[in-house]
Amino acid sequence: MGMTISEKILAKASGRQKVEAGEYIVGKIDLAMMHDLTGPLTLNVMKEVGYDKPWDPEKVVIILDHQVPANSTVTAELHKQLRHYARKHGLKNFHEVGRQGVCHQILAESYVKPGMLVVGADSHTCSLGALGAFATGIGSTEMASVILTGEMWFKVPETIKFELVNRLSKGVSAKDIILKIIGDMGVDGALYRAAEFTGDGVESLTVDSRLTICNMAIEMGGKTGIVNPDKKTLEYTGTQEAPFRSDPDAEYASHYELDLSKLEPQVAMPHSVDNVKPISEVGEVEADQVFIGSCTNGRIEDLEAAASVIRGRKVKDGTRLIVIPASQRIYLEAERRGYIREFIEAGGVVCNPNCGPCLGGHMGILADGEVCVSTSNRNFIGRMGSTASKVYLVSPETAAATAVEGKITDPRKYLR
Amino acid sequence: MATYSNRIMEVQGRAWLFGDDIDTDVILPGKYLVLTDPKELAKHALEGLVSGFSSKISEGDIIVAGKNFGCGSSREHAPLALKYAGVGAVVAKSFSRIFFRNAINIGLPVVISKEARDVIKEGERLSIDLEGGSITREDGSRLIVDKYPAFLLEILKDGGLLQNLKRRFGKEAKK
Ligand code: SF4
Repeated sequence: MGMTISEKILAKASGRQKVEAGEYIVGKIDLAMMHDLTGPLTLNVMKEVGYDKPWDPEKVVIILDHQVPANSTVTAELHKQLRHYARKHGLKNFHEVGRQGVCHQILAESYVKPGMLVVGADSHTCSLGALGAFATGIGSTEMASVILTGEMWFKVPETIKFELVNRLSKGVSAKDIILKIIGDMGVDGALYRAAEFTGDGVESLTVDSRLTICNMAIEMGGKTGIVNPDKKTLEYTGTQEAPFRSDPDAEYASHYELDLSKLEPQVAMPHSVDNVKPISEVGEVEADQVFIGSCTNGRIEDLEAAASVIRGRKVKDGTRLIVIPASQRIYLEAERRGYIREFIEAGGVVCNPNCGPCLGGHMGILADGEVCVSTSNRNFIGRMGSTASKVYLVSPETAAATAVEGKITDPRKYLR
Repeated sequence: MATYSNRIMEVQGRAWLFGDDIDTDVILPGKYLVLTDPKELAKHALEGLVSGFSSKISEGDIIVAGKNFGCGSSREHAPLALKYAGVGAVVAKSFSRIFFRNAINIGLPVVISKEARDVIKEGERLSIDLEGGSITREDGSRLIVDKYPAFLLEILKDGGLLQNLKRRFGKEAKK
């Protein structure tokens, strides 16, 4: 019996030839990441332990991203603690304000390579599986343990195989794929399991798109999303060869198939990510705010898609548009290509790279009764502000079309 | 080896019933994530579902919920808020993976039982034997639950991963 890519990575990390789903193993960690909300708790834990020296300063990455620049004295204090910790231990991989972006995007751009075992003190760390790594989110105390020991226990997960076939049609994108899948699977449909995305449909997608898909594996309970590395992965990560791919005879817990050519734009309705409808069944939903950004859809291809809808048009009166590129690198590239100007000329706000309104902490918090149409990944009650607000999750194309018309709009009419 | 306290091996309290998919934004809304004092976090535990939850419960009370408890973010603030509000254990049909780990790591017992939510009544007195793997109900009947693997039990016995790390790194610290 062969092994899945996830099993191979965990086997290597635990110094074994073979592991099986359900086994508990202790794995050596290749990369550990914390940010400005979860990191300070980790520091508190290490303070209590009375010892805070990282097992390997090269492998610890600290990124300021949730509330950047600091929006209050409380946040400023959190940033200061992390800055001091990085300085104390000479950590090179500290991302200061202005040299950062949403943590998962920074890891994708600069750190993660195929075959790595990656943990981050943030649930969407599963995004990095798109690069052929095994990447998963952990809590702050566990992060303290990882930083001190360089190891962590894992239960080897079963894997669900998601086979994507054929190609997407115009105006439909990666976000629609993963929303459709979560709608079908439910918020616990992949609980404890690895979600492996395969098929010619995945091969046709860019690495940016694969990151969008793996990002939301956690929204169906997945331990990680993962894509077998190919030429595009090697190019993106600047590596020569990928150490692991799933064997053809690997064992899967279940199979799921999706024909991408038949997919239409999808919308996750309030207040659950699996409350998904095709856009043709959504009806009339007016938007007070449209948010384009986050670790799900703040990459250059997302901004490109949104710009191609907005170009030469205006944001509708009564609606406000907030665009936040996911990293400084993307911000610069968007500026170079003229997208930033196009968003501003259309009447939108473009903010510096950070999480922004995605978690209701900063830059675009919702008031009672307001509706936000967002490209982020969660629409729980109170996620983006008031517990009496509503969040609809969509692709960047759909978000842009919604900004233009002031109500949820199928973007395909602008993208023929 | 340190000696373990038995404090956490048995939990007794009244049942508070909740539904499926109780997410971390409901357990502790994101706007409170800037708080790092667990006692402050505790004041807001589950406030979206039961207003004033933390002042209504008694020390040791037990949350009994449906499937996928703790889904959503990796915020450890969520189990911390529950623990410091006085919750003695959470029993659910299933847990989100990260919440399950976080809860054990901060010393909040989490117990998987497929049947508990369907039979246990609101306010019923319960007693959970974590080591033996059972829940004793008010009428004396017992539900058998999944047992922990040995190393997880050890973390719980230590009172959480923090105590566990202290035990392991305390010596280094004094060097
Ligand atoms: S963009 Fe949103 S989901 Fe992504 S890391 Fe930031 S807060 Fe979390």
